[in-house]
Amino acid sequence: MGKYLLQRILFMLLTLFIIISITFFLMKLIPGSPFAAAAKLSESQRAIMEAKYGLDQPLPIQYFRYMANVIQGDLGISFQFSNTPVTDLISGRIGPSAMLGLQAMIFGTIFGIFLGVIGALKQNTWIDSGSTLIAVLGKSIPSFVFAALLQYFIAVKLGWLPVAFWRGWEYSILPTIALSIFPISIAARFMRTEMIEVLSSDYIVLARAKGASSFEVAFKHALRNALIPVVTVLGPLAVSLMTGSLVVEKIFAIPGLGEQFVTSINVLDYPVIMGTTILFAALFIFIVLVVDVLYSIIDPRIRLSGGEN
Amino acid sequence: MESILQVKNLNISFNTYAGEVKAIRGVNFDLKKGETLAIVGESGSGKSVTTKSIMQLLPKSNSEIKQGSEILFDGKNLVELSDKEMEKVRGKDISMIFQDPMTSLNPTMKIGKQIAEPLIKHQSFSRKQAMDRALELLKLVGLPQPETRIHQYPHQFSGGQRQRIVIAVALACNPKVLIADEPTTALDVTIQAQILDLMKNLQKKIDTSIIFITHDLGVVANVADRVAVMYGGKIVEVGTVDEIFYNPQHPYTWGLISSMPSIDADDDELFVIPGSPPDLLNPPKGDAFALRNRYAMTIDLEEEPPMFKVSDTHYAATWLLHPDAPEVEPPLAVQKRQHKFRGNNHTEGDVF
Amino acid sequence: MVNNSNKKFPKEMFQKAQYDESLAEKIEKPSLSFWQDAWLRVRKNKAAIVSLVILTLLFIMALIGPYLSGHPTGQNVAHSNLPPKIEAISDVSWLPFDGTLTNRNGVTLTPYEDRQIEESYWFGTDSLGRDLFTRLWEGVRISLLIAFLATAIDMVIGVSYGAISGYFGGRVDNIMQRIIEILSGIPNLVIVILLILVLEPGILSITLALAITGWVTMARVVRGQVLKLKNQEFALASKTLGARDFRIIYKHLLPNLVGVIIINTMFTIPNAIFFEAFLSFIGLGLQPPDASLGTLIEDGFKVILLYPYMLLVPAVVISLLMITFNLLADGLRDAFDPKMRD
Repeated sequence: MGKYLLQRILFMLLTLFIIISITFFLMKLIPGSPFAAAAKLSESQRAIMEAKYGLDQPLPIQYFRYMANVIQGDLGISFQFSNTPVTDLISGRIGPSAMLGLQAMIFGTIFGIFLGVIGALKQNTWIDSGSTLIAVLGKSIPSFVFAALLQYFIAVKLGWLPVAFWRGWEYSILPTIALSIFPISIAARFMRTEMIEVLSSDYIVLARAKGASSFEVAFKHALRNALIPVVTVLGPLAVSLMTGSLVVEKIFAIPGLGEQFVTSINVLDYPVIMGTTILFAALFIFIVLVVDVLYSIIDPRIRLSGGEN
Repeated sequence: MESILQVKNLNISFNTYAGEVKAIRGVNFDLKKGETLAIVGESGSGKSVTTKSIMQLLPKSNSEIKQGSEILFDGKNLVELSDKEMEKVRGKDISMIFQDPMTSLNPTMKIGKQIAEPLIKHQSFSRKQAMDRALELLKLVGLPQPETRIHQYPHQFSGGQRQRIVIAVALACNPKVLIADEPTTALDVTIQAQILDLMKNLQKKIDTSIIFITHDLGVVANVADRVAVMYGGKIVEVGTVDEIFYNPQHPYTWGLISSMPSIDADDDELFVIPGSPPDLLNPPKGDAFALRNRYAMTIDLEEEPPMFKVSDTHYAATWLLHPDAPEVEPPLAVQKRQHKFRGNNHTEGDVF
Repeated sequence: MVNNSNKKFPKEMFQKAQYDESLAEKIEKPSLSFWQDAWLRVRKNKAAIVSLVILTLLFIMALIGPYLSGHPTGQNVAHSNLPPKIEAISDVSWLPFDGTLTNRNGVTLTPYEDRQIEESYWFGTDSLGRDLFTRLWEGVRISLLIAFLATAIDMVIGVSYGAISGYFGGRVDNIMQRIIEILSGIPNLVIVILLILVLEPGILSITLALAITGWVTMARVVRGQVLKLKNQEFALASKTLGARDFRIIYKHLLPNLVGVIIINTMFTIPNAIFFEAFLSFIGLGLQPPDASLGTLIEDGFKVILLYPYMLLVPAVVISLLMITFNLLADGLRDAFDPKMRD
């Protein structure tokens, strides 16, 4: 287990290194290189930048400098907000995004698992069709379309919830719902399939042959076995939340990372784009690792084969 | 002898997207107290469906037990029991061992808990009592180091060990009827023998009746008192082990017995039953076996044969037993056996 | 166990029947080709069939829709921001096609009457007076074009990569798998955004960005299948008979891969449609005057409070496209999945 973990972490660092390198060189390729985007910089800023990043230096040296800076946690200085380090911008914005992401993840997976389980238990009834319908809609309707429609009908037309901005918990309800439809649909579909497969397996028939009631069969025997593989979709779901946060934060005008990312793309604020990209990539890799470790912890087959054999 | 379980006129259909598959077409048999009844037949003959229907374990969504079917146990018709009532029968009075021990235990539950579960459920044991009894059962089925292994997960056991655990689960509540659905098919030959021995010993100890499903005639000879041969969703011949092995009457049984390889079979090559099982989506008119039967008569293609009585314990559904039927010569291997049977009929044939 | 031998049968019934061994080998079910079998299964799935019909209609509209309304494609500022109006159903009060608009204060506006416009625009016009019906189908056309193009590239790269990696195995496979592992460690979003920033938004750059990130799944699925298939008897038999590697791949493995390739493709297309719209929405989409579903939604969102129809129309169409593609893909997966065979 320890060796496996170490191996995974090394691989993770390698991937991150490659991502930072790709980001750096792609940014260098952009016509009118980011650091020399003179029109957007004042003379003094350019002087600071050039001194700091050594833009007059050859490319390899710039690359190593950037790498060294990133490792020390320095992601550069934003173009649009003069003299503000990217790290400060990010840390000031991360709160709302993290809160939205966590809320959507928790609500989405729990509600999705619930839908999937009742769909599987009441297979081929209207309850099942209903849960399948929600799953298909959630997977199909793009999050920004859904978010815009929610905003228009629930907030603007009906006035039940605030239209936009970030001034309290009630402001997070609509964006959370908008973000969570994708996790709901994925968790529900996956859970339904897993649950149906588990319910038709031999050990479930044996459990029934032992005289267990359908409730005991479903919740003592089937649920745990069906839940284990669901952990594997948590990684992709977290990533989908990152994608979703860009548009949902834009729609609801939430001062989060996603909104900032979209703005910086629109004004070509390269240091912020690069910094956010690296942060997203690091988060993604970290989540995948956590999910894998989690999976090996909750599945006794994996857990014990590492320990005893 | 007293019957503990009676199956009368059992008809079961499956609804598939191609149409209605008549998997069981009028099966009758009874299981006597303390005996082992083997049900023999090729894949798709309906053996497993019959036993699953006794436990009421067929999926309700696509299977249908027809009106008029009766499965009588303990004065109740199991077909008519509610789910709640059936739960009280399963695992307590009737329990079951499945074919594949690798998949029939819950992978995320410790085996002790899996054995204890029916005890807590049916006998209102406390957790502690149930675990003590589980330990006893593990000793009974001959699992080494039961004290430590009771806390392990199924994947830590070999196939043979798992089948012992499954047997322990099945025997936990001292069931009156034990259904073993090909319990040795998925195991190595040496392990098969161990498991068969275990089952025979346990049957003596706890006095249970066993329905043993298999397609392996060697296993039948080893464990069974009586044999029912199934073909195309029907029982085509039923009798004591000696009667089926040494005096078979149905051409399908002839085929089964002559296709059994034996070391002392001197010259003749292995007998083969041609063709494949009947399509139960459109069951053929007449005898389902007729098209594969080299002894078929015109009537076999027109009329389903009834059960003809051979002796008090021996019945077979073939027109060859009709008084008007011509005398035919069974395959050589069967003739030899019949010869033996007539020789020692009086010593062995009267056991039942 | 009834012995009803009292029923009389004529003696000749007990003659030996003509025994024909070939009859015993007769196969009762008609044999179906792969495609017939799959089609039989898809046909059972009502949702998939309805989806197929709706998709076909959307395709036809993407082809001919822009020429149906009879309005010029250019700008006409005098006709700007007109709500949807369809003469034939303008009297049906619950349908929003009566050419009126309710503003935020609840006042009903009648721009057609106010500005004395005789023509009616079925889906209304945008702020530059362009006919939204025409622009919508042009947008659908471009969105579909990008999605199909990207998916086709995905398919070619993914299938070749997966087939080579799986078939040759060993070191080749090992290296190719490490590359995939690293690629899939990078979030698609990041690559797509960076690439489009570098290449400048446009049909080609968006297609390329989508294709570059999309092929990995296909490669993985194909590799898995090839690994499974290449050791099966028919492939080994062909090898024993001296067939060359590429002949085995194309003659024996690919036909068996058709199912998974189709299923995977069917899921890639809606994904590409989504990503294109997503990019447009965050400002990395096509540049005006080109329109795609994404840019139409983004334009509509900007004026959602004043002219909600500008958002609703493309929103409904993209949702319809996504839902029908997903349902059809589900139907095909169930049809091709050998696990479901009974």
